[in-house]
Amino acid sequence: MIAVEIKHLTKNFDIEGHTIAALKDVSLTIEKGDIFGVIGMSGAGKSTLVRSINFLEKPTDGNIYVEGVDLGTLSERELRRMRSKIGMIFQNFNLLEQRNVLDNVCFSLEINGTKRREAKKRALELLKLVKIEDKAKAYPSQLSGGQKQRVAIARALATDPQILLCDEATSALDPQTTASILELIKEINEKLGITVVIITHQMSVVTDICKKVAIIDNGKLVETGRVEEIFNDPKSDAARELLLGNKISFQPLKKLEEGRRIRIVFRENSAYEPILSNLILKLQIPVNILKADTKNIGGKAVGEMILGLPEDGGQQADIIRELKKTGIYVTEVSEIE
Amino acid sequence: MNEKVIWMLVEGIGETLYMTLGSVIIGYVIGLPLGILLYVSGKNGLRPCGLLYRILDFICNIIRSIPFLILLILLIPFTRLLVGQSYGSTATIVPLVVCAAPYIARVVESSLTDVDAGVIEAAKAMGASNLQIVFKVLLVEAKTSLLTGFTITTGLLLGYSAMSGTVGGGGLGDIAVRYGYYRWQTGIMIVTVILLIVIFQIIQTVGMKLSKKLDHRKR
Repeated sequence: MIAVEIKHLTKNFDIEGHTIAALKDVSLTIEKGDIFGVIGMSGAGKSTLVRSINFLEKPTDGNIYVEGVDLGTLSERELRRMRSKIGMIFQNFNLLEQRNVLDNVCFSLEINGTKRREAKKRALELLKLVKIEDKAKAYPSQLSGGQKQRVAIARALATDPQILLCDEATSALDPQTTASILELIKEINEKLGITVVIITHQMSVVTDICKKVAIIDNGKLVETGRVEEIFNDPKSDAARELLLGNKISFQPLKKLEEGRRIRIVFRENSAYEPILSNLILKLQIPVNILKADTKNIGGKAVGEMILGLPEDGGQQADIIRELKKTGIYVTEVSEIE
Repeated sequence: MNEKVIWMLVEGIGETLYMTLGSVIIGYVIGLPLGILLYVSGKNGLRPCGLLYRILDFICNIIRSIPFLILLILLIPFTRLLVGQSYGSTATIVPLVVCAAPYIARVVESSLTDVDAGVIEAAKAMGASNLQIVFKVLLVEAKTSLLTGFTITTGLLLGYSAMSGTVGGGGLGDIAVRYGYYRWQTGIMIVTVILLIVIFQIIQTVGMKLSKKLDHRKR
């Protein structure tokens, strides 16, 4: 089942007579029940993309289908009804500052005409779900960032949406709070079966909870697929940059230069084997470990390492050949400066 | 000071309050919707409409650029048509409202402009209609700033109502002009000035305290 389908989406903005293309011919399919990540550098167009899904931004060209309905064919009234079936949370939480927590959650129900008493009951249930029911009478200014985002999530869920859009929802939070909010989003996805679309510039958010990911660069969709596939073997420059941060960039494997660096990713089976020790014992060539990290990707432990190879081109080729034989992913990296 | 003077002053206070509150209330009945319309039709509003905005903007600017005293005289035929006479405190409310409405519209527009665009976007994402956004988001989120604007406007109209005394408008200003200026009774003039200051302070203090108390943003 398909929750969201984006077909040839193009969006231009006219700013003081200039036309700026924010999105260029983006096509995407998001399956029901997925946690789908959209990642890109700031200004890549990902915020525009997420706002197209609920038509806060109307496409210049192309179509958006939500649950099979072409949003472009809806009247204003029908569109508003559709929007109440698509929850959305934001980087800055966007809570109503003059209403308390309970009334904030009631707000989305008030809009779709739910009776006050019923709305209150539902709001309390949701506050319980996001574990913040003790703050029902507090005002947003009395809450921490993580608590505010929990309230925003409760508010977004109050109308029983099929889809939850998260626009940089953890970007204003510290790492610990980010983890707890992501945990909550995952729980909601599993418990309620809601399709989640996460917009972020942090690769860690994607690797933590997303099943699939789309990489947006300069308004274009450059790569899409399962998170582990892209983590193991990034094909686009943008994906590589996002994986390693912008200080280091990848280069094609063909070039043989002195002091090469490679990035290797261990698959689940090879994570238990002493691959590196075996390699060094076999070839009798030293390698230098520059960085090593283990990440949890879709519930599986995945190892990532950056190795510095010796200057001898023949030895480099030997090492790469041996590593590839064991079935792990090898990509070449080099520092920009 | 004899009893007659005291009664005159009490009556003056009553008339001043009547003119001020009357013009503020009617001013808001006209100015608040006008301000909302200015915001909604503005460039970054809920439903931008260049033509409507430019018309309202033009009217507001024209009226606001006429000095109040001139407006008071210019409007005499209109006042007479509406109230039946051009002097007295009820008649003064007419020019006061004409002067206040565009001012209030501007104050309201600026209060609404200050509401966080993110909150409005969130409401839109929840499927709120423009009418719901105006009444459930904008007016509620901007209430502190609206109340501050209300206080400032009331203070302004208190001053203008006194100014209308020069053309027989009634109230404390009228007394100050008649006794203090035409009859050289400085004592009475000073008393009216002090009374005006006291009334102004009360309005200002109550308004600001109230707006602070109703604000939930910082505690």
